[in-house]
Amino acid sequence: MADRTINTEVKAKGDGAGYWSANVRIIVISLIIWALVSFGFGILLRPMLSGIEVGGTDLGFWFAQQGSILVFLGLIFFYAWRMNKLDREFGVEED
Amino acid sequence: MDQFTLNLLFVGASFALYIGIAVWARAGSTSEFYAAGRGVHPVTNGMATAADWMSAASFISMAGLIAFTGYDNSSFLMGWTGGYVLLALLLAPYLRKFGKFTVSEFIGDRFYSPTARLVAVICLIVASTTYVIGQMTGVGVAFGRFLEISNTSGLLIGACVVFAYAVFGGMKGVTYTQVAQYVVLIMAYTIPAVFISLQLTGTPIPALGLFAETTATGGEGSVYLLTKLDQIVTELGFASYTEAHKDNLNMVLFTLSLMIGTAGLPHVIMRFFTVPKVSDARWSAGWALVFIALLYLTAPAVGAMARLNITELMWPNGTGGDAVSVETIETAPEYNWMLTWQKTGLLDWEDKNGDGQIQYYNDKSDAMSEKAAANGWEGNELTNFNRDILVLANPEIANLPGWVIGLVAAGGLAAALSTAAGLLLAISSAVSHDLLKGQLTPDMSEKSELMSARIAMAVAIGVATFLGLNPPGFAAQTVALAFGLAAASIFPALMMGIFSKRINNVGAVAGMLSGLIFTLVYIFLHKGWFFVAGTNSFPDTVDGSLFGIQSTAIGAVGALINFAVAYAVSLGTKDTPQEIKDLVESVRVPAGAGMAVDH
Repeated sequence: MADRTINTEVKAKGDGAGYWSANVRIIVISLIIWALVSFGFGILLRPMLSGIEVGGTDLGFWFAQQGSILVFLGLIFFYAWRMNKLDREFGVEED
Repeated sequence: MDQFTLNLLFVGASFALYIGIAVWARAGSTSEFYAAGRGVHPVTNGMATAADWMSAASFISMAGLIAFTGYDNSSFLMGWTGGYVLLALLLAPYLRKFGKFTVSEFIGDRFYSPTARLVAVICLIVASTTYVIGQMTGVGVAFGRFLEISNTSGLLIGACVVFAYAVFGGMKGVTYTQVAQYVVLIMAYTIPAVFISLQLTGTPIPALGLFAETTATGGEGSVYLLTKLDQIVTELGFASYTEAHKDNLNMVLFTLSLMIGTAGLPHVIMRFFTVPKVSDARWSAGWALVFIALLYLTAPAVGAMARLNITELMWPNGTGGDAVSVETIETAPEYNWMLTWQKTGLLDWEDKNGDGQIQYYNDKSDAMSEKAAANGWEGNELTNFNRDILVLANPEIANLPGWVIGLVAAGGLAAALSTAAGLLLAISSAVSHDLLKGQLTPDMSEKSELMSARIAMAVAIGVATFLGLNPPGFAAQTVALAFGLAAASIFPALMMGIFSKRINNVGAVAGMLSGLIFTLVYIFLHKGWFFVAGTNSFPDTVDGSLFGIQSTAIGAVGALINFAVAYAVSLGTKDTPQEIKDLVESVRVPAGAGMAVDH
């Protein structure tokens, strides 16, 4: 137990920058997807998706009214899972 | 039992439940009052956040705005959910790690400046008060309907109830009460939607029913619900439901404002201070969105189906046949809802051409003027249909059983009350904890801190009620302004405080002030100074607005200004001290997040 504590401290101090940049990378990727489904598919790229029919309208309408919400949900749970894993990899998790 | 008694029964029973819980979990100490001792599980916290978050704007107003506009108002759906991604990724875990009670405490400490804290408090109060105005609009609609009185009397009675309710308990009472409120409001929202979806499409899940085929009557075969809706509204001269009619710039900025604002509103952020661990703060945002999504995935279906039902009720013989007659409206039971809503002053009709029928069409459409002239119509005769009544009237419009109508009344009140209470709590803690105890009178006793918190609540609700009598828009539109203000002031400061070590005290203060002032002035220029009608310099339309950007969408621009000013000013002034750089480092890693401390 005591060994583990020392180890985590060394790793956390030694690679705090690595932990943070890994975190920022995950955030950036997630936010690109976040913007793509809402501002992209839901609004700006909607004309490009107009050929794909969904229930009496097009895919862009679906993304604007429902699809983006589902993707947002996936993103948050992915981030929570990925970060809790990252915390352990770098030994910076809570007790 | 008549409908009025049934409504009273449902509303009374739900209130008894909330008050019972509030008494049972009454707040004792100051820390319990604000953050409920941090013993809240992520799922429970998510549910309470959802109730707190989904206000009169989401429950009462949003589907109505979507129903009458269609695709263009998808911004509400994406904006109010997408903000949770920003919260979960950019703010929640770090603010929990920081471990204080309020948003302005973080800003004050991170930017090592009492001035920064003071400016943050002002930003919070401005945004929250605007938000409460929107809630009071919804409270007025809900109370007006269920007591069958005018909107104004409903608003005044509602204000008293909200105040009594918010004073009762602190966050702890509110956390468990809000779980109960969530259950009531989600049932009230989805049950009628399931009924209506079954009626129209045979699909029990409304979110799927929206894209399903209608259970067609007549021999023409089945068509998609949205195709049918598009056809029927365009035949009456209205803009089509599924197409875009708003320019991309405004739609993107409006959506972005709502998203950033979601991540900048104190009463939601405060929720993430109440979870035990940093990892729980990450999950909490996800659970909150799960519970929110249940309503948000249903809302577009509610809007589209209600629009179809209303249009068909007004044109029982199809858009080519005779319109509904005045006599039918006054006597037929399925039109009874029109008579009850007429009493609130939020729905009205007038037989302008005296033909004994009520023609509902778009009299501003050029294409319709020819048809109107040929048929002797003299303008749209459904003269007033307040968007905010749609969800509450929806079960009556679809002719659902009385208990469903009672349940919806209870749900609408739950939504408005829970958010109003949460906001009042945020305002009162900003005034008593941050402003008085933090700045003006630090040696204040706990007792007088609680007292000043309650006085602040009373003042806030008084102001909101007064302005709520003549609101700057429908509930959700007013609330959207509050989001713009939060987006322009609070969110950038929080984000830069975590993601940059370079932003210093002067930069943060300059950023927040320029974001807030720019956004507030822009809104006042279009909505009237302090929302007093007639004092605006520009019309509140896309074409007439100052920069071609609507006042509801300007928050995103304000946020950009905040970022830019803070960055530029910080670069031109002294670097942050070493202990602040260390503070930022420590906030970035979860390890060592003990229980939060009050100071």
